[in-house]
Amino acid sequence: MATADVTTDGPLEPTFGPQSTRAAVIVGGNRIPFARTGGAYVKSSNQDMLTAALEGLVARFGLQDERIGEVAAGAVLKHSRDFNLTREAVLGSALSPETPAYDLQQACATGLETVLGLSNKIKLGQIDSGIAGGVDSASDAPIAVSEGLREILLDLNRAKTTVQKLKIIGRIRPKDLAPDAPNTGEPRTGLSMGEHQALTTAQWKISRDAQDELAFNSHRNLAAAYERGFFDDLITPYRGLTRDSNLRADTTLEKLSTLKPVFGKNLGSEATMTAGNSTPLTDGASTVLLATEEWADARGLPKLATVLDGEAAAVDFVHGKDGLLMAPVFAVPRLLARHGLTFEDIDFFEIHEAFAGTVLSTLTAWEDEEFGRTRLGLDGALGKVDRAKLNVNGSSLAAGHPFAATGGRIVASLAKMLHEKGTVNGRPARGLISVCAAGGQGVVAILEAA
Amino acid sequence: MTDKYTQLVSHGLGKDVAKKLGLPQPVVLRRHEPGAPLITGPVLVSGDSAGADDIATTLLGWGLDVRRNALPKEKLGAIILVLDAVQHPEDLGKSVLTAGASLRDLSTNGRVITMSRTSRSARTPASAAARQGIDGFLRSLAKELRAGATANGILLDDQLATTSPSALGALRFFLSGRSAYVDGQFLTVRSTSGSLPNDADKPLTGKVAVVTGAARGIGAAIARTLHRDGARIVAVDIPAAGDHLAAVANEVRGTALQLDISRDDAGHRIIEHAVERHGRLDIVVHNAGITRDRLLANMDEGRWQSVIAVNIAAQLRINEALLASEHFKESPRIVSVASTSGIAGNRGQTNYGASKGGVIGMVRSTAALMEPFGGTINAVAPGFIETEMTAKMPFAIREAARRLNSLKQGGQPQDVAEAIAFLSSDAAGGISGEVLRVCGQQLVGA
Repeated sequence: MATADVTTDGPLEPTFGPQSTRAAVIVGGNRIPFARTGGAYVKSSNQDMLTAALEGLVARFGLQDERIGEVAAGAVLKHSRDFNLTREAVLGSALSPETPAYDLQQACATGLETVLGLSNKIKLGQIDSGIAGGVDSASDAPIAVSEGLREILLDLNRAKTTVQKLKIIGRIRPKDLAPDAPNTGEPRTGLSMGEHQALTTAQWKISRDAQDELAFNSHRNLAAAYERGFFDDLITPYRGLTRDSNLRADTTLEKLSTLKPVFGKNLGSEATMTAGNSTPLTDGASTVLLATEEWADARGLPKLATVLDGEAAAVDFVHGKDGLLMAPVFAVPRLLARHGLTFEDIDFFEIHEAFAGTVLSTLTAWEDEEFGRTRLGLDGALGKVDRAKLNVNGSSLAAGHPFAATGGRIVASLAKMLHEKGTVNGRPARGLISVCAAGGQGVVAILEAA
Repeated sequence: MTDKYTQLVSHGLGKDVAKKLGLPQPVVLRRHEPGAPLITGPVLVSGDSAGADDIATTLLGWGLDVRRNALPKEKLGAIILVLDAVQHPEDLGKSVLTAGASLRDLSTNGRVITMSRTSRSARTPASAAARQGIDGFLRSLAKELRAGATANGILLDDQLATTSPSALGALRFFLSGRSAYVDGQFLTVRSTSGSLPNDADKPLTGKVAVVTGAARGIGAAIARTLHRDGARIVAVDIPAAGDHLAAVANEVRGTALQLDISRDDAGHRIIEHAVERHGRLDIVVHNAGITRDRLLANMDEGRWQSVIAVNIAAQLRINEALLASEHFKESPRIVSVASTSGIAGNRGQTNYGASKGGVIGMVRSTAALMEPFGGTINAVAPGFIETEMTAKMPFAIREAARRLNSLKQGGQPQDVAEAIAFLSSDAAGGISGEVLRVCGQQLVGA
């Protein structure tokens, strides 16, 4: 009925579109140091570590008794008892117990996706504050009983009489007792992530030297960042660990070059992927505090960066069309195009180092004229990433990679880097994040200095 | 909390046995808890000066049960000797002997408090002798008291009334359980600055306090105590102690700042954090300190320099930033943790002793710089305090250190924190450049 009364003087406000949303700012982050599997956190559960990361964040920003709009986090390797992992961590923290929470799982992109999901809620006006995060423990991984034993146990539970129960128990065979440990193999190909990447590394002809150099830079950059206190307000120690235990500040290219290949040994071509240029299994947790500008201002909290936008992509690795970890190659050009940006407009590139080969294959694909034309639908190559802007404070090869915790690590560090950088040529400093994930997926995002 | 021996000999069979054998008999000290009365039992105000009358009137106003003359066999909570008008050592006898006759009636955890004048402001040798005589008298009396009772003194500059704000603030501190482990000590009141709190249980309401070294031990107790008294807390410690720091910050509903105080920009970072997050900065407690013990003959440069850098050089640099800041101008407070090692010395601690002696020198010198804007700076010198650090001492040495004081026991971190909380409060506005020992009147050394 009101439509007839609408006045058409002046422009109509669009009901959708960027104009109607508000900024989602990154206030800061906190993570615990990452520990190589079987190390300092061998007795820590996902809930322990996520709670610890959350508690450090609460202490840093004085969030005790605060009702946060929503907390979102997740884990890749998850016990069935952790069905409400994030909510349980909130209840174990100093946050208001009236803070809602949800779990999310998107393999290694989990952490970045929690940031994007909560940012969107903030932009839409659904919440004023949010904590994104992720955690993973390969030390405290769930172990399932075998499929045979599982069926027997479920039948046993349904049996009513003793005779029925004894019959069912009699079905158990020794082979049923072998436990079913989790692995990082792809269900549809049976190949481990490393073997998949070895295929891609060989396809893009990435040399051993280039991979070792990337790994070396990662350790050197991370060590330098620790030395100048960059992580003083990004990390809270945990269980006696004050730095990422995988970091080898004194490693050299010579040392890296002596390591024996561990993946791609039966590909025919020379195997190039070693334990030095691949990330180890790692335990750890990270969190990021997001809010509206008003919420941050009202509490005197910093505004490091804004979450501009994000994009997910997936590739058909099952049929070998693209490599398993190459989805970000497609997500990034789509995201850049949406904002009319090129690599020239990016000041920091944070490309998750699942393997040195992943980063180098990605960069090579973007520099490839043919690939740009045929696969990305561009006039030529997407562009060349300035290596001086790549993972300048180290990345997963040095820090380690507790799957779901990596996104939060990168977002908080990049936000701080952007804040320190401030403006570039009169525009806010800008950073690109790219995270590859199992299942042929990838999530990428752009942050801008606030 | 209280050590096992003290628990054992505090009551029942253990108490009887210890008494028969002539063993030390420490008692569980009366410590402040919110809502606790200032003191229980009648308070005898001894002295016939106008200043004594004023104190009696003030105490009545506080709702205390005041006596101007002792009643036979009546248990007393405290005895206050007001000696502000003595001119000659011969004047002391009557007052102190009258008080002495009542000492047997002093309750467990009772208090003896003198109020007198500073000898440096005396105009005649006889007056100076009388005033300084009170120093020796009180320190000796403190060693005679038993059962958790303490003796402390308040010194007033000549122009100050016995009821000036900080004289009354100090009087309340000494009467209360906040001064449980302070014994045989004097606090000097130099000005009429300061004011008593509206809410005695929340004297630090509205204040923002920075505590360095807050992750554990005495620093954590300081954060808890200042928070209990109403302050908002910025808990500072080195990044490597961040997990303990976060736990303390969350407990006291404050913020954690992981910061190495020996960094050049530490003062700036502290001010920025306090002002941005909490809107102001009122109190800075320099508690962070390290020990790197070695006999001087075996001392290397690293051990010497690191102790100097953290324990005194960092404080000097942070104070420079504070004094230069526009955000630290509203009657601010600085309290430093010194040590009895900085006064009496300690074998194997030449570096630590130098740093803590340095803290005392810094405090005395900085007082004048704080005065123009109503600020104060003081130090607290702990004796043997029961912490994780002292728990690691060899048993025999620890046991000796613990008993060799007038209260026959070690202090608690809270005892140090209470003294700091008092010196941080508005009530202590007339007290600056002072070093208050919290040592149970340690028998060895100065």
